Amino acid sequence: MSFVPNAMPLSQLSIGSSCTIAEIGLNGLLRRRIQDLGIIPGTTVECLRRGPSGDPTAYVVRGTTIALRKEDAHLINVFPI
Amino acid sequence: MIRSTGDAFLHELNKDAETLRLSYGNSLGDKIIADIYKNAEQITKNVILIDNNKKNWTLKLDNYLTSKVFGYPFMLLVLGIILWITISGANIPSDILASALFGLQEVVSRGFLSLGAPAWLHGVLVLGVFNSVAWVVSVMLPPMAIFFPLFTLLEDLGYLPRVAFNLDNLFKKAKTCGKQSLTMCMGFGCNAAGVVACRIIDSPRERLIAILTNNFVPCNGRFPILIAIGTIFGVGALASQLQALAVTGIITGVIMIGVFVTFAVSWFLSRSVLKGEASSMVLELPPYRRPKIVSVVYRSIIDRTIFVLKRAVIVAAPAGGIIWIVANTYIGEISILNHLAGWLNPFAQTIGMDGYILLAFILGLPANEIVFPILIMSYISSGTMIELESLAELQMLFINHGWTWLTAANVMLFTLLHWPCGTTLITTRKETGSKKWTLAAFIIPTTVAFTVCFILTQTVRLLGLA
Repeated sequence: MSFVPNAMPLSQLSIGSSCTIAEIGLNGLLRRRIQDLGIIPGTTVECLRRGPSGDPTAYVVRGTTIALRKEDAHLINVFPI
Repeated sequence: MIRSTGDAFLHELNKDAETLRLSYGNSLGDKIIADIYKNAEQITKNVILIDNNKKNWTLKLDNYLTSKVFGYPFMLLVLGIILWITISGANIPSDILASALFGLQEVVSRGFLSLGAPAWLHGVLVLGVFNSVAWVVSVMLPPMAIFFPLFTLLEDLGYLPRVAFNLDNLFKKAKTCGKQSLTMCMGFGCNAAGVVACRIIDSPRERLIAILTNNFVPCNGRFPILIAIGTIFGVGALASQLQALAVTGIITGVIMIGVFVTFAVSWFLSRSVLKGEASSMVLELPPYRRPKIVSVVYRSIIDRTIFVLKRAVIVAAPAGGIIWIVANTYIGEISILNHLAGWLNPFAQTIGMDGYILLAFILGLPANEIVFPILIMSYISSGTMIELESLAELQMLFINHGWTWLTAANVMLFTLLHWPCGTTLITTRKETGSKKWTLAAFIIPTTVAFTVCFILTQTVRLLGLA
């Protein structure tokens, strides 16, 4: 995972705030799945809510709601808006 | 031959493509994807109008259905309501079907006798085949015809992904996938379907765990056993209005035990034979939709109810005939069935059941639906013949054969936890492609069932409670 200035992990985005994707630090099948859902550099993502026990977190991407686990969201770097 | 060389060639080609792709890192693929999305964005901008009203609905509902406070209680409530409607709604049609079918049996019976048919033919066809089929239909059809549409409704509404969302953290702790809750939901209908549904889980390790534990969700073939025994022994003394509610409580409790065992076994597998870390999970939460009632009813009645019922009847008919033969063929003074039951009895007693019950479970391997008819037939053939048109008469039959509340509890637990049916095992073999894991799918639940019943029985007896 390379370092992108001013970026932070998606997992640290607070509920209700938005960001744009900087870089996807995932590999293999999950990277493909994430890209298939339209999460690519430049895409706007909004953090919607967390599950009843704090994980996973639901994000709104291109009008669709997608839930990701903390560990996976941690490897996606974003620029907060 | 041609196909296998073709496959080998394709495999080689894929490998080459993979090495080529890896040598470029992710940059080439990323460029292609970015380009595709740029195009797609342009097109959507021109042609799609977004209805914000619909989205708000979903947001508002999710504020409750996946909230910290209401998320879990609501799931339990939904399960309870579905079970309650099924149990209280199935009662009356079950009784009507039973009296109609058993009435018909008498007519057919008389017809056979007046034609001077030999006793064995009458026995095999009427007391064996017809009787079993009548049981399966009258006990299974009503709950299925209510449960399946309700469940399909829930599916259509879009609630099931929320269940996966709510429960994922628990599954993560067991180092498995949250989508396992979806495959468990499918298991309520039919475990074989649940096992097939495990394809939605990406990680092979987590998929295998989901397959091996799917059986701990009681399928529709086992529901009627739980409902009948729960009604007879759990709440017999209560007023009839309260009965359905109390049975709902009991069945919900039994299901919770099944869910707990699922977590426990998954947790254990993830730390032993199927060691590994929780992998990633991507779960889509689609917007809620107004269900299409007509198509829901059609799909659940035709695709599921009739399908499952047909399967049950196909198994029950020959099984009924065979059981009657086994129960009425004598070696010396005792029938083969009694020999077998007597042989199993000492062992069955240690887990709080009797030889007939264990034998019924063993003979019920082809389909759980026939466990109950087998049990009743073997009890009847070993004692006096009685008419079984209501649960009260069934209760008498069981009590006459020495059932206590402990027997009932053990039979319910054994029903919940014991080995999967033949169809599920065959499906497991197909899905895993491995004899070893199919064997595991048999041995794990069997061990759990015997252990749980053994501990319960011995503890209760030690404490002198039953």
